[in-house]
Amino acid sequence: MLNYSWYRKLELEDVCKKIEARERLTLEDGERLFACPDLLAVGALAHQVRARLHGNLAYYVMNQHINYSNICVNGCKFCAFGRERGDPLAFQLSLNEVARKIKDGLSTLITEVHMVGGCHPDLPLSYFEDVVKEIKAVRPDVLIKAFTVVEIAHFAKLEGCSTREVLTRLRSAGVDMLPGGGAEIFSPRIRALLCPAKLSGEGWLNVAREAHQLGIKSNATMLYGHLETHRERLSHMLALRNLQDETNGFVCFIPLPFQPMNTKIEGAEPTTGVEDLKTMAVSRLMLDNIPHLKAYWVMLTVKLAQVALNFGADDFDGTIIEEKIGHMAGAESEQALTRSELERTIREAGFEPVERNCYFQRVSNY
Amino acid sequence: MQRMVDNMKIGRRLNFEEAWKLYEEGEFHSLGHWAHQVRLHKCPADYVSYVVDRNINYSNICVCACRFCAFYRAPDHADGYVLSHEELGNKIEETLSLGGTQILMQGGHHPDLPLSFYEEMLSFIKSRYPIHIHAFSPPEIVHFSKLENISSAHVIAKLRAAGLDSIPGGGAEILVDSVRSRVSPNKCSAGEWLDVMEQAHKQGMRTTATMMFGHLEHPKDRLQHLFALRDLQDRTGGFTAFIPWAFQSKNTAIHRSPETAVSYLRLLAISRLVLDNFDNIQASWVTMGPKVAQVALHFGANDFGSTMIEENVVAAAGVSFRLSTEEIRRIIQTAGFKPRQRTMAYQWVNPKE
Repeated sequence: MLNYSWYRKLELEDVCKKIEARERLTLEDGERLFACPDLLAVGALAHQVRARLHGNLAYYVMNQHINYSNICVNGCKFCAFGRERGDPLAFQLSLNEVARKIKDGLSTLITEVHMVGGCHPDLPLSYFEDVVKEIKAVRPDVLIKAFTVVEIAHFAKLEGCSTREVLTRLRSAGVDMLPGGGAEIFSPRIRALLCPAKLSGEGWLNVAREAHQLGIKSNATMLYGHLETHRERLSHMLALRNLQDETNGFVCFIPLPFQPMNTKIEGAEPTTGVEDLKTMAVSRLMLDNIPHLKAYWVMLTVKLAQVALNFGADDFDGTIIEEKIGHMAGAESEQALTRSELERTIREAGFEPVERNCYFQRVSNY
Repeated sequence: MQRMVDNMKIGRRLNFEEAWKLYEEGEFHSLGHWAHQVRLHKCPADYVSYVVDRNINYSNICVCACRFCAFYRAPDHADGYVLSHEELGNKIEETLSLGGTQILMQGGHHPDLPLSFYEEMLSFIKSRYPIHIHAFSPPEIVHFSKLENISSAHVIAKLRAAGLDSIPGGGAEILVDSVRSRVSPNKCSAGEWLDVMEQAHKQGMRTTATMMFGHLEHPKDRLQHLFALRDLQDRTGGFTAFIPWAFQSKNTAIHRSPETAVSYLRLLAISRLVLDNFDNIQASWVTMGPKVAQVALHFGANDFGSTMIEENVVAAAGVSFRLSTEEIRRIIQTAGFKPRQRTMAYQWVNPKE
């Protein structure tokens, strides 16, 4: 039970009551929450929703990240990972190299391989089908969460076929789910400023819809803390919420704080803890139809991600093994966590750790 | 629990059992909220203060060998050093040129340097540099008193005469002897620590108080520590601030995983609620990092500590966050407060800011 007088003083009593009555919040409600100077008041509201949905459970996954290539034609200004072909730091993994990475990790029990890369100028769809088949051959039990909606659209363009066909072919090869990346902020103003060559916001939502209609679930992300306004963050969330009403295909939302190092956004500063927690909490409150919310420790830092479990987040993501994208932009966290570190971190934050797969089904491997 | 907090508002203090119940069982957000309300009530609400200073370690040679410490070097160790006056002078000049108002100067328990060494060091600094000297700690004072065979009160008086302005609250760790005997058996006892501070306050000197938690103590020990400080503050009123932080284990002789950020925030909040006679509670970005320290500003902290132009002790334990003055000011602003530079005694450096 929340203390109404606390919210009355903050002029948020109506929002507080809406949340208790499970009523949907408007964009204006979201703006008021962002504007609220009392971080804990917003956090407590988000925590109540989180507790209602997930009790005191906190999920984590045993996974491995693979980036098949960093060669990318998009040139997004917020990115420190993408390289042009010929750049000394550009890389592209062969089928054998991908297989090698999977084989090297065989001694660890993982349930998920997370695979994304740059939008490569000429890798054919057959390469990706082969990579996915190879992963399944080496690790038949693993679930593959691969290729963002942006990559799917890119493959379709290169191949000269529809995104529906790309999705169907990749699913047959072994892709189980799509990761949520490439969403950034849907606002056309922001995309024009930061990533004009990339798939548009509307395009992202359309391909996600197609995936969901084909029975392929996906996650959704939001990159915040660069040039966007609070209103643009909220519009982004509302666009996802509307699509979810239609398809119910999103599993988890992941707010990602922008990491400025080695990127091309002038004068950008890293996000602060208060901003990160506020955004997490507002996400939980606005996205009433997306079941899970991730505190991605790679970008938030492990310490803040623990706190975020009290601000609406129910997922702590995973062991990861070799994170590159956030780290090339200056993320200061470790590049991997072990199972016991994950469980301890979650327990000491006051929650019960539950190992899950990409669909958030409970897993017991031991 | 709401009743306990309501009682606080009308001036009725928390007793030990109530504080323990709040600390153990208090809901996370509520605990933070109550601490934040108390902080807003007590301190100039809009401001979060910080000091521009440098932590100078005049020496790392130490015979105390505390188990939690990664900084000390035994006498005769190749990496042991004692700063010369010249090196000290250079560091202080740099501090002044960066707008620093004080130095926080501490060392190890050197087995051979007499009190006169420290008196000369202080006089050297005071004669040349217009800077506040916030130096030593109760364990060092007790160490000097044993070497010289005079009382702590006498040591304090001599150091004061030589130029010491205030004493940092280090070496407190946990003010419970059963814990101290396990983690720092060669260091002064809890009673001796408190006595040094009492003597300093009686001689008109301000000091801070600290707590390092998350090593071998029981959570109840942390509360005992807080109540010991509260009692002394009732008598003397000499503490300016309280600074808790979590033990960092790398390169030390105590192997345990670090306290979580959630644990740190809970401890900060209960500190604010118990220490009703302390004006200032400092967040520790040096150990917890800037993101969590910023969140601490909503859990009872009203001060962001120091810009730390130099810091060696925590860095030796493998934790080395760094922040510029601009970054600190930005962090405070984005937390919703006005940043303001202060002196050791919590006066504003710029009265008009």
